Amino acid sequence: MLAGLLVLVGLSAVLGVLLTLLARRGGAGDDQDVDAVCALLPQIQCAQCGYPGCRPYAEAIVRELAPLNLCPPGGEQTTQALARLLDREVGATPTQGTFRPGTVARIDEAACIGCARCLPACPVDAIVGAPRFMHTVIAAECTGCQLCLPACPVDCISMEAQ
Amino acid sequence: MSTTDSFDLQPPRPAWGISLPTRKSRTTARPIRTAALPARVLLALETPGGTASPLVATGEQVLTGQPVARTLDGLELHASISGTVIGLLQHPVADGRGAPVTCLEIEGDGQDLAWPGLRPGDPHSARPEEVLADIASAGLLGLGGARFPTALKLMRVHGGRLLLLNGVECEPYISCDEMLMRERANDVVEGARIMLRASGLPRCIIAVKNSTVQVRVALRDALEAAGDPRLSLAQVTSRYPAGGERQLVEMITGEEVPAGGLPTDIGCICQNVATAAALASFYRTGRPLISRIITLTGGAFAEPVNVEARLGTPLAALLPEAGGLREAPVRWIMGGPMMGTRLTGPGLPVTAATNCVIAATAAELPAPAAEQPCIRCGACAEACPARLLPQELLVAGRTGDADLLDRLGLAECIECGACDYVCPSHIPLTEGFANARPLLEALLARREQARHARFRVEARSSRESRRIRQEQSALAERTRALEEHPDADALARLLARDRGS
Repeated sequence: MLAGLLVLVGLSAVLGVLLTLLARRGGAGDDQDVDAVCALLPQIQCAQCGYPGCRPYAEAIVRELAPLNLCPPGGEQTTQALARLLDREVGATPTQGTFRPGTVARIDEAACIGCARCLPACPVDAIVGAPRFMHTVIAAECTGCQLCLPACPVDCISMEAQ
Repeated sequence: MSTTDSFDLQPPRPAWGISLPTRKSRTTARPIRTAALPARVLLALETPGGTASPLVATGEQVLTGQPVARTLDGLELHASISGTVIGLLQHPVADGRGAPVTCLEIEGDGQDLAWPGLRPGDPHSARPEEVLADIASAGLLGLGGARFPTALKLMRVHGGRLLLLNGVECEPYISCDEMLMRERANDVVEGARIMLRASGLPRCIIAVKNSTVQVRVALRDALEAAGDPRLSLAQVTSRYPAGGERQLVEMITGEEVPAGGLPTDIGCICQNVATAAALASFYRTGRPLISRIITLTGGAFAEPVNVEARLGTPLAALLPEAGGLREAPVRWIMGGPMMGTRLTGPGLPVTAATNCVIAATAAELPAPAAEQPCIRCGACAEACPARLLPQELLVAGRTGDADLLDRLGLAECIECGACDYVCPSHIPLTEGFANARPLLEALLARREQARHARFRVEARSSRESRRIRQEQSALAERTRALEEHPDADALARLLARDRGS
């Protein structure tokens, strides 16, 4: 009787310590959480949430550093989906910002001066060009994030319907 | 293994599906009739395997069986009559969709002169890739209704285990496959053997319904004559939709085709029995796919019958074969009454997908009754061969919730109409699913776009971090070099290298 009790107490102690240690490490689990959150984000990469892309925002969400309602392209639907996934409260604040879906950037090639400043601004490498050569947007790759607009010194990029 | 033993393969009655009145006897009483030569034909150049480009010019004389168009994969389409090429035009065809497709128009000379060009060799001594090339040049398309190029399908199997010939024909009214198996059982069996040769599959099962005795007798005789131990027969319960590709594969193999997958994912290839017969006929006579058997039925025909018609024949030209119309039909249907599509009239040309034309009277196919509220009886879920929840899907479709449609598996719906048939409230469920499909497709397209964008972002960020790492290591190397040799020469050398790079 006593032996049995001792074995059980010992076993629980060992397992408890082991599980605590595993939970503290938690590296792999975190990564999977970020993947799952990232999969719900629309991958526009517009950075309107204040993070430099969808994955950084997903990381902030998993670490509970950011609220769930910061994604304008995803809208209310994404906020709700994130809340369901993470089992968190979203509160009454509506999802911030607005986003016009279904648009792509287009470069007015006559006005383009070939400065190549929009190239590094594009998060999905959708702009083809080189210094002193005309640039153009690969429409199929463009997510419509609008990050190239402020980069252009001559305002020759506009958003157009897909 | 004797062929009689092979009749032992009788899969149990499935839990899903419905029993329907067959209404086939009115066309199975008469033998297959050969239709008169049409005065002109419209050949659809679009196939699910790509659009064929014309090989002939306007005004050119063509012979019956001459290749007139070819796809990038080498599939050739042939003139179904001899005559003069009129040209290309956009015209709807009887393929179940009704949208205009590119057609080649040929005006017949009434002589049906055969093209001497195609002379295939013995398929059983030829290499599999030669047989596949022959199948493509014979223009063989799936005659079960999908028109998928046969050669492409046979090429797709790698390490498969079963060729399944589908002769189940579970829809009411349609009897073209039944009559074909009764009259040309030897061709079906020989076609199956050629398909085994082309695909390298080890085994073939010909699946038929257990209610068609004459078909079974004819096929058993043909199998005995062929004496090929790789071929056997299976009888499935006559239950609708037992002839659906996924449903049949599941009944025969006991394995489910994975969601979003194809039968090839579990090592199976399905072909229609008529496709096999057309293949055997090509090797026997050198005649490519220029005709198919069509069931002309429905109460409005005076003599419902199966006719073998040249591809591209306008349906109107076939009406006399069935004794003409006894009364004006209230509905024209291409295909069966369950999954078929409504035609505006008999104006469309026949394609390889045209298995049946129903000229229905008001008495036999009455208009559906008025819809009433769902009473949550669950009869639709029991009938569903894809094991979906039609009542839940309907709500998701009506509220436009694409996410929910996806979770409930709308993509697996084969639109068989079994749920409509059993619904005591007469709710047009299938129609709702067809309407909801674009919503689901838009969602899937958005997801695919997001996946692609994520891939590009990840590629970019790994490239950027690699660049930064390289720059940092180069900087570290220069700093170390300077610390080790703090002389002016080395500094100058390094500066010069920096400027050069």
